[in-house]
Formats: sequence, structure tokens, C-alpha cells
Amino acid sequence: MDGVHDLGGMQGFGPVVREENEPAFHAAWEAAVVAMMRAGGANGIYNIDEFRHAIERMAPADYLRASYYEKWLDGIARLLVEKGVITGDDLEKRVAFFRERPDAPATDAVAGALPEGVPAHLTWVQSAIRETGARPRFAPGDAVVTRRFHAPGHTRLPRYARGKTGVIVRVHGIHVFPDTNAHGGGESPQPLYSVRFDARELWGETAEPNAHVHLDCWESYLEEK
Amino acid sequence: MGKNHPNVDPYVVSRVRALESLLLEKGLLAPGAVDRVIERYENDTGPMIGARATARAWTNPEFRTLLLSDARRALKTFGLDYEVLVVVENTPAVHNLVVCTLCSCYPWPVLGLPPTWYKMPAYRSRAVSEPRQLLHEMGLDIPDSREIRVWDSSAEMRYMVLPQRPDGTGHLAEDELVPLVSRDALIGVAEPRATAAAR
Repeated sequence: MDGVHDLGGMQGFGPVVREENEPAFHAAWEAAVVAMMRAGGANGIYNIDEFRHAIERMAPADYLRASYYEKWLDGIARLLVEKGVITGDDLEKRVAFFRERPDAPATDAVAGALPEGVPAHLTWVQSAIRETGARPRFAPGDAVVTRRFHAPGHTRLPRYARGKTGVIVRVHGIHVFPDTNAHGGGESPQPLYSVRFDARELWGETAEPNAHVHLDCWESYLEEK
Repeated sequence: MGKNHPNVDPYVVSRVRALESLLLEKGLLAPGAVDRVIERYENDTGPMIGARATARAWTNPEFRTLLLSDARRALKTFGLDYEVLVVVENTPAVHNLVVCTLCSCYPWPVLGLPPTWYKMPAYRSRAVSEPRQLLHEMGLDIPDSREIRVWDSSAEMRYMVLPQRPDGTGHLAEDELVPLVSRDALIGVAEPRATAAAR
């Protein structure tokens, strides 16, 4: 999806502003979002590729305005509704409840008794590596060219690197393919490579001197040069 | 709230509580899970394992070789099993920089929570197309004679920079070197300090 999330090479965002002694969380709700994101993943409601794609589908203007954890919140809520875990109606009713009661804890809106024995998923780690025995088509040193496409769905080949020539520098093994896994299309594991691109190939005559970008590319993004 | 923090929806807290209450009710979120996340990151922030691994690599050539060739095995020394980490080495000829242009992928297990700037459009857009100018603005001048190598984390592989050991630290032991290694140096937007910061 050629959305606003695909930021590489865009201009006009100004300087990077660093916050000295930044706290772990700027507010407790940010930690709640982290806990919910992990709980949803660990409970098998979504995979990481579905989660990333959910965030990409946020309205572009909202995406640019939102903080990081607001994006997560939007993605979690979107997936929970799409997967039928909650309804949009339920969610909006609860939002209204807490707007009226800004200091109420989350438990105040829970209907009935809290379920017991719910495991706390403090981490959610999902390995993307699959030992399928597939033989990589390319080897370090091979020249490759990335495919050109305008895909409506999730992809991890950014716009700036499509139709570009690079060189394989590393084979990372066999990895789950996000472009299918984000859409219920299965893991379709395939070889993943680190591909080295000269800045001039990517940015043309205005490229900075003596710079390269190394990008991880799945085999089906690549063709022989 | 930092200046680089975008405007937060005034109702975001209501929305978070609403979702939290639904997940609690459905048994998908454990009561107390939020407090445990806060506790964990407030007590466990910063580049602890990344800094320790760097200091060890500076003082132990065998560990350095292992860290660069098989970071997973090297980091097991610190009780961390991180199968997707690749450590890339800064040299007099090459400076490495890590970014995720498509979202905000970051090696949390070795660097802790990502800083806000890493996740914002300015860094994500510019790191691949004008890294030298960006680093200059961030206080790090890389001469044109030194290659800048940007790692855009588009897959599940994660990258950490092994910075160069600062001059004048030859007499320091591993433990004394650890505080010189900042998170920013391990992302590639700073050099390690030559003396421990006074903070």
C-alpha cells in the first residue's frame, strides 16, 4: 500500500527534535496501549503483519498527526473490530462512558465480574524465521533489480526502492512473507536478503556522496539483473 | 510532554480505557498487566545489553568477532536469546545508521524503548535520503571520505551499530566503558563519549 507511512525520502518534515531525558512513557495510557497490543498478539487475534497493516490504514492526516502509541491504539481497535472480537458500537459506548468519567478506572465499565486466571502477556515474540529448506535463488555479490508495483495491500518494499538495482550482501534465511501474511493469505515463507543500494541509484543526481542504503528484501521482490 | 510530541487527542485516555475495559471483560487482558508494563520499562530502560555487549567487544577480541558474525550466540552470554539481531561495525571507513522508514522497527531487547524522535516522520523520511545532512544537524559530522551505510529495517531482522572505541579510553576496563555507550551511539546518530557523562 502506497500510504503515508512509507516515509523514506519524503521531504518537508523539518529537523529531528530530540527530547532530553525522555521518560519511558509520557503518560500511563501509553503503557496500557503496549500491554493491549501484546495481549492481542499473544492471544492470537492478529499477527505482526496484520498489525502493521492496520496502522497503515489509518487516515493519512491522522497518521501524521498521531503519536506513536495513538497509532498503535488505532491499529488495535481496528483489528479487534474487524476480527469480530468487539463491535465498533461497544467501543463507542465505552468511550462515551469514560468521557463522562475521566477519572474512572477501566474496571468501572466492565460488565459482571472480571474473569479469573487471565495470563499477563508482558511480551509478544513471534519468530518470522521458517526452516523450510528452500534454496535461496541469489547469493552475496549477485546484482538484482527490485520489482515495480503499486500494490493495494501490505508490502515491505518501500516506494523509494522499487525498480532499483542493488547487490545482495547477506542471506538472512527463510522468513514469513508479510505481503501475504497481513491478509490471511498464509505465511508463504521465502528467502530474505540484505540488498545494498548506492544512494545515487535511489536518489539520482541530488544523492549525497559516498552513501548506501541496505534494505531487507524478500526473494519475490527481486529479479536477476 | 516533549515539544516533538504531536498533539494528543484529548479523548485518547477515554478511548484507551474503553478498549482496556472490553479486553479485561473478555479475559484477553490480565488485571495488573498495565502496571507490570510500566514497572518493567521504568526499571529497565536504556541500552543496557547493547552497551554491555559493546564494551565487551572493545575489550575482548574473540567476543567482538562473535558479536559481528553471530550476534545471537554472543548475546546469550547476557541471558538474551535474540535470533534476529545483526550487529554492524563502525570503522574509520564506514559509519552505520539504523532506521525503519515504513514503521518504527527497533531492537527493543538490546536498546530498551525507542526514543520518540526515532518514530517520527522527520527521522524516518530523511535517514535514507540525506543521512549526512541529518547527522550533521544532530551533531555528528561524517566526512565525505567516510561511507555512510544506512540500514532500513524493512523485515524482522534488527540492527545495532557497534561504535568505534573512543580515543583515550585504552586504560578503561569493560565496566568503566559501559557508561560511555549511549543509546544514540548504538543507533548511529552519535559517537560514544570519551568520558562518562555527568548525568
